[in-house]
Amino acid sequence: MNAVANYNFAYLDEQTKRMIRRAILKAVAIPGYQVPFSSREMPMPYGWGTGGVQVTASIIGPDDVLKVIDQGADDTTNAVSIRAFFAKVAQVATTTHTAEATIIQTRHRIPERKLEAGQILVYQVPIPEPLRFLEPRETETRKMHALEEYGLMHVKLYEDIARHGRIATTYAYPVKVEGRYVMDPSPTPKFDNPKMHRSEALQLFGAGREHRIYAVPPFTDVVSLDFEDHPFEIQHFEEPCALCGAEGVYLDEVILDDRGGHMYVCSDTDHCEERREAGFVGVLGMKEAAE
Amino acid sequence: MLSHDFGAGFADPVRDAQGVFRAVLDALSHPGVAQKLTGMSDGVGNLKGELASTLLTLGDHDTAIWLSPRVDTAAVKGFVGFHSGAPVVSDVAKAVFAFVALGDALPNLADCNLGSQEYPDRSTTLVVELPALSGGPALVLRGPGIRDTQEISPVGLPGDFVSQWSENRELFPRGVDLLLVADGQVVGLPRTTRIGDA
Repeated sequence: MNAVANYNFAYLDEQTKRMIRRAILKAVAIPGYQVPFSSREMPMPYGWGTGGVQVTASIIGPDDVLKVIDQGADDTTNAVSIRAFFAKVAQVATTTHTAEATIIQTRHRIPERKLEAGQILVYQVPIPEPLRFLEPRETETRKMHALEEYGLMHVKLYEDIARHGRIATTYAYPVKVEGRYVMDPSPTPKFDNPKMHRSEALQLFGAGREHRIYAVPPFTDVVSLDFEDHPFEIQHFEEPCALCGAEGVYLDEVILDDRGGHMYVCSDTDHCEERREAGFVGVLGMKEAAE
Repeated sequence: MLSHDFGAGFADPVRDAQGVFRAVLDALSHPGVAQKLTGMSDGVGNLKGELASTLLTLGDHDTAIWLSPRVDTAAVKGFVGFHSGAPVVSDVAKAVFAFVALGDALPNLADCNLGSQEYPDRSTTLVVELPALSGGPALVLRGPGIRDTQEISPVGLPGDFVSQWSENRELFPRGVDLLLVADGQVVGLPRTTRIGDA
């Protein structure tokens, strides 16, 4: 009598899933092109990953293992909520380990561990249109993509150089996919751009508020825009992770006190934990152990 | 007298549609690699399991579909109307999905909806049933989704298929996408795939 009605598997109704699935298939067939889709209200506000959630809900099956990260972390509110959401409405297994996941939904990072064939990376995207801040009219940006008219984007990067002496864009750094479409890789740090290039994993992008889905199939060229005399460069960090000592990974700055004390730690929490379990110790990790 | 035997759809509509969709997604993400279709519908008449399951997975009242002569029958239309509600059109240029049954000729790719430069996603996806996905003349595939090269040897494609496909490739980002099905498997050929000889 008090039974609560169950949701359909993975929350969305089947008609919605079909519509999103059709959009995903066309997105895969036209790498980097933004396919319009009829985004639904989700039980979370826009900006919390409704696009990614709808993509995940449309592809996930009972045998999938889901990992969700927010800025690289498995343990932040957004990641925990979305993981719990799918554990509830799709009864799927969840994990924090990159290697075990078949679907990884991400907000603004690509895991440090190299993704493998068969894995699907689902990005939550706020503004899918890379040209939007240069040209606010959708009719115009659509025409620019149709005509492959991307000069404006180069002007923007050039103005960076004129003003700052270098390309100052550090995240949502525009890429060209398979030599055709200019695409916004979502606000991942440009550090992650090279990982998209010829990745073995399928990459799907969902923008809920903006009603767009796009994709990068495996083994697809993803090239960051640059100039011959100002080649694309990723961020470099001067010190390793304070907890696990990792170098060549993306680090977050953590403020330790009100006297300017700070530390740099891996943004990818799973990568950091695995390294520490394997015995790697950083400067502050060692101090912790000694105390 | 109207027939009320519309054939059976999916045994488990939610799970089966998800399984078929993932096979199709894998097929288009890895062009040329055959993916197994599980939990298929039996279809009806000449609309065999592979075609019927793809139709049930992706088609509904929003998608106009085109049926090749052997499946352009009252029984199949009853199946389509009852299980999916998809409108059937006689002009392939108006179709979101075109289903080509075993033994029927592929429509000219250029006669399908090729999408527009602004909306290349609005093009037709063809689902084509073949006698077999291997054993025919070898085709070497290159492009997104393929590490180096991928070889396929489907049986039953038209003689001028390679030249039709290369014209389709030239239209990029416009163009049709192709799903080849046989023996409970699906092979994807998205418009990005380039075909060369062995």
